Amino acid sequence: MRLLNLLFPERRTTAVIARERLKIVLAHERASREAPDFLPVLQKELLDVIGRYVEIRSDMIRVNLGRSGDTSLLEINVEIDPTGVKPTKNGASGDGRATARTDQGVAAPWVKPS
Amino acid sequence: MAGKVIVLTSGKGGVGKTTSAAAFAGGLALRGHRTVVIDFDVGLRNLDLIMGCERRVVFDFINVINGDAKLNQALIKDKRNDNLFIFPTSQTRDKDALKRDGVGRVLEELKDSFDYIVCDSPAGIEHGALTAMYFADSAIIVTNPEVSSVRDSDRIIGLLASKSRRAEFNLEPVAVHLLLARYSPERVRKGEMLTIEDVKEILSIPLLGVIPESESVLRASNTGTPIVFDEESPAGRAYHDAVARFLGEQREMRFLQPERRSFFRALFGRA
Repeated sequence: MRLLNLLFPERRTTAVIARERLKIVLAHERASREAPDFLPVLQKELLDVIGRYVEIRSDMIRVNLGRSGDTSLLEINVEIDPTGVKPTKNGASGDGRATARTDQGVAAPWVKPS
Repeated sequence: MAGKVIVLTSGKGGVGKTTSAAAFAGGLALRGHRTVVIDFDVGLRNLDLIMGCERRVVFDFINVINGDAKLNQALIKDKRNDNLFIFPTSQTRDKDALKRDGVGRVLEELKDSFDYIVCDSPAGIEHGALTAMYFADSAIIVTNPEVSSVRDSDRIIGLLASKSRRAEFNLEPVAVHLLLARYSPERVRKGEMLTIEDVKEILSIPLLGVIPESESVLRASNTGTPIVFDEESPAGRAYHDAVARFLGEQREMRFLQPERRSFFRALFGRA
């Protein structure tokens, strides 16, 4: 058995699959367990506001609450596509209403995968 | 005397909490410690059956919490060991009858006359399970090498760190231990079961013991005998080792290799 493992390292046994699935799901669950409840809502509202000015997809924004020592750090990363910066002028759509051009289709990855 | 409160918990049901609580309490008592084992599974009591005292239950945990009975009227003395007492729960009430203040009061009273108070938690993360873990000094997380059990254990470890009395009052955190039960060396060898190392790495809490899957556990529950009283059983001996480690002794892990059975034992013997 040992020799086999040396010759064919890391066979994809069902136990190996179980271990990998558990590691992934628990990494997500631990991060979201420590995160306060308001983060998803905050991310959505930020997305709406930023979307009034530039085109943005929901996977381009990450909101994360970190901690270092005794300071809490609210970290907001907004990614903007340099080629496709199309300012959606606030209120320029004619009727004077701000329109949020956001794509809500992608699952919000507001939890940083660790 | 200031007894220590140990909770056996798991999140998932059917992993062997009650078997382990009975075995652990029995093991502590056999080593000379005055021990009481309490059933927190209100409405689904089973510890009395596993301990073999189901016909001796008169008063229960809820009666004592509500002041309808005295502690010494409800405690059942084990027939095999003078250090061991069973504190059954109510079969008719529901889990909300476990008032936290009342439970705390009863546990304080028990601490005066026992070295160890072993709490058998119900499954789930509802009121009953949260109450069982709230007062714990130590927690033993009973886990099977299987995905849903490991995930639920992780959740329970998180709750112990945030929802226990020790967390609430910023005391030293609950000492958390892993007890890996129903482990099958043969299935691990075939790559069909998570290894000890896998579970240890994923949950990252210290390993107290590994209990091999054993036919003797069902035989013990059939007769209402905690498995530690069966000297022949590998599972029973593995529980003894776990108790010894809990008390600070160094012991090698045993029963981790697939059993080699001779032809004659395979034909006539018992596991």
